[in-house]
Amino acid sequence: MSDIVLETRKISKLFHDPVTVKVLDDVNISINKGDFVSIVGKSGCGKSTLLYILSTMDTDFSGDLLIDKESMKKRPDSYLSRIRNEKIGFVFQFHYLVDEYSVLHNVMLPGLKLGKLSTKEVEHNAMQHLKRLGVEDQALKSANRLSGGQKQRVAIARALINNPLIIMGDEPTGNLDKKNSDIVFDIFKELVEENNQTILVVTHDPDFAERTDRIIEMSDGRVL
Amino acid sequence: MNLKLLINIAKTLLMARFRQTLIAAIGVMFSITMFITLISFMTGLNGLLDGLILNRTPHVRLYNEIKPAIKQPSNIAFPNELFLVSSIKSENVRKDIYNSASVIQFLKQDERVDGVATKLNAPVFFTIGDIKIAASVSGIEPMEENRLFKFGDYLTGGDLKSLIQESNSIMLGKGLADKLMAKIGDVVYLNTPNGDRYDFKVVGFVQIGIADIDNIQCYASIQTTQKILGKPSSYVTDIQVRLKDIKQAPSVAKEYAQLFNLDAMDVQTANAQFETGTGVRNIITYAVSITLLVVAGFGIYNILNMLIYEKMDTIAILKATGFSGSDVKWIFILISMIIGVAGGVFGLIFGYLLSSVIDNLPFETQALPTISTFPVNFNVAFYFIGITFALVTTYLAGLFPALKASKIDPVIIIRGK
Repeated sequence: MSDIVLETRKISKLFHDPVTVKVLDDVNISINKGDFVSIVGKSGCGKSTLLYILSTMDTDFSGDLLIDKESMKKRPDSYLSRIRNEKIGFVFQFHYLVDEYSVLHNVMLPGLKLGKLSTKEVEHNAMQHLKRLGVEDQALKSANRLSGGQKQRVAIARALINNPLIIMGDEPTGNLDKKNSDIVFDIFKELVEENNQTILVVTHDPDFAERTDRIIEMSDGRVL
Repeated sequence: MNLKLLINIAKTLLMARFRQTLIAAIGVMFSITMFITLISFMTGLNGLLDGLILNRTPHVRLYNEIKPAIKQPSNIAFPNELFLVSSIKSENVRKDIYNSASVIQFLKQDERVDGVATKLNAPVFFTIGDIKIAASVSGIEPMEENRLFKFGDYLTGGDLKSLIQESNSIMLGKGLADKLMAKIGDVVYLNTPNGDRYDFKVVGFVQIGIADIDNIQCYASIQTTQKILGKPSSYVTDIQVRLKDIKQAPSVAKEYAQLFNLDAMDVQTANAQFETGTGVRNIITYAVSITLLVVAGFGIYNILNMLIYEKMDTIAILKATGFSGSDVKWIFILISMIIGVAGGVFGLIFGYLLSSVIDNLPFETQALPTISTFPVNFNVAFYFIGITFALVTTYLAGLFPALKASKIDPVIIIRGK
């Protein structure tokens, strides 16, 4: 039995506006180290909501969330942001880079925030990640001058910078063409195989989901 | 908290909206410039106007007032009875100060006293042809008078020393000199109330700047004045005391009045209206400056609000990648403070330059012969107040948008697309 990095215990969530709806109903999942997991389901089945709860950004739920065997219940904002910084790498559907910064600086930002390494070391690591993802020649460009596929690769490099316990993706290929989707998938696959990285992705794309190690299917707020 | 990183982020966001932040900083700069200039100029002017009277006024003046006796003979004879006496006349008190030499010696040894100058006033008439002009001679100790009350500042001609060096020398008030058509070196004739007639050599002119005084006042050494009154050298009517701390004047005056059994007038009582004027002018200055700063503060508030709406995405990324709400709050407060510091520092520099310009503008006034440019008070304290103002205002202006930014929920923004 390998290490459990992420576990939910009876997570439920209600939306109250305009009428009370149960978006998540008694969700129990656990994800092991080195898993490449995708969450699929129809629009509105609660998969994104679940992802935001798992990423600690949404704290309004009942049940318990354990990251690295620690409960995230009733933790202050500063503790949760530390967890996000240190243990979670995030890749969004829209690339969300800071336009004012260069590509390199965008990747360095979470590393600088963590503050465990010197600026020089963080820069070196950032360059390594960019190189690995094949966008090192774009490093000094401003973030808003990249193509969509390139931006997503930069976002993955940013997610990797602090050596996170788990990488979470919210439709990371949802805004990309087939070719770029494949590139992103291959990068994820490689990370899992070579670094034993844990990856959890919410996706609409059945092709993408099919090729992952494990699929969690959701419907009406429940895990099927 | 990684301050260096937060400052870096703040700077980057600020540069993204460089033109707006520049305008906000110019707003702060403008208000600080105006504050420094206004307050320097106002207090300079206050000092000048107050000095007009206060420099010439002793902090405590000891003299004998002509007044009715407090205890009438009937009260002394029957201390337990109540008398209603009508038509009381003033007592014929001696005008000079009894035992003045030892009083002066005592005063000079008092630690609180900066200096003591004696004075003697004598009413006289000048005769020019068959016209008689009423005037008043002040017998003064010229050197002490200059040291304590800046007498020399008001001389428009002549030399202070000649009052002592030349016998029967006199300095005329400007208005009086014009009436007598006297030049320096001329001889004027004056009559004492006793009917004696003296001739005096004019050695200088004095212009206090208050026409009523300049029209009737003239100055001679105290010895000369004692001579024309036919009094001995111990005869002085006023002892003027200048204290080290003007604020002590009322209490010291009260103390001396009791101690020497004399009347004592302190400067605050004698010139209450000047204190009021100074206070009101200062209040106006601060009110105007604070208004300017508040307006500048609203400008910063607006710009930050705009910036937050525009940079929602960035805030969401920062939060998603591990920046806490308080980090985000500090980023926006720092943006505001950078605007405040930059605007404030330039405000101080421009304020200094502008007040230097005003300091060099020509300002000729009848009132002050020695002043040729506008008075400006260069006080370091104003610069401290100015920069503190700037920092506090920009901090407050930044605080509310920053709190708003810190509460932004990244989920809503990331999902919202």
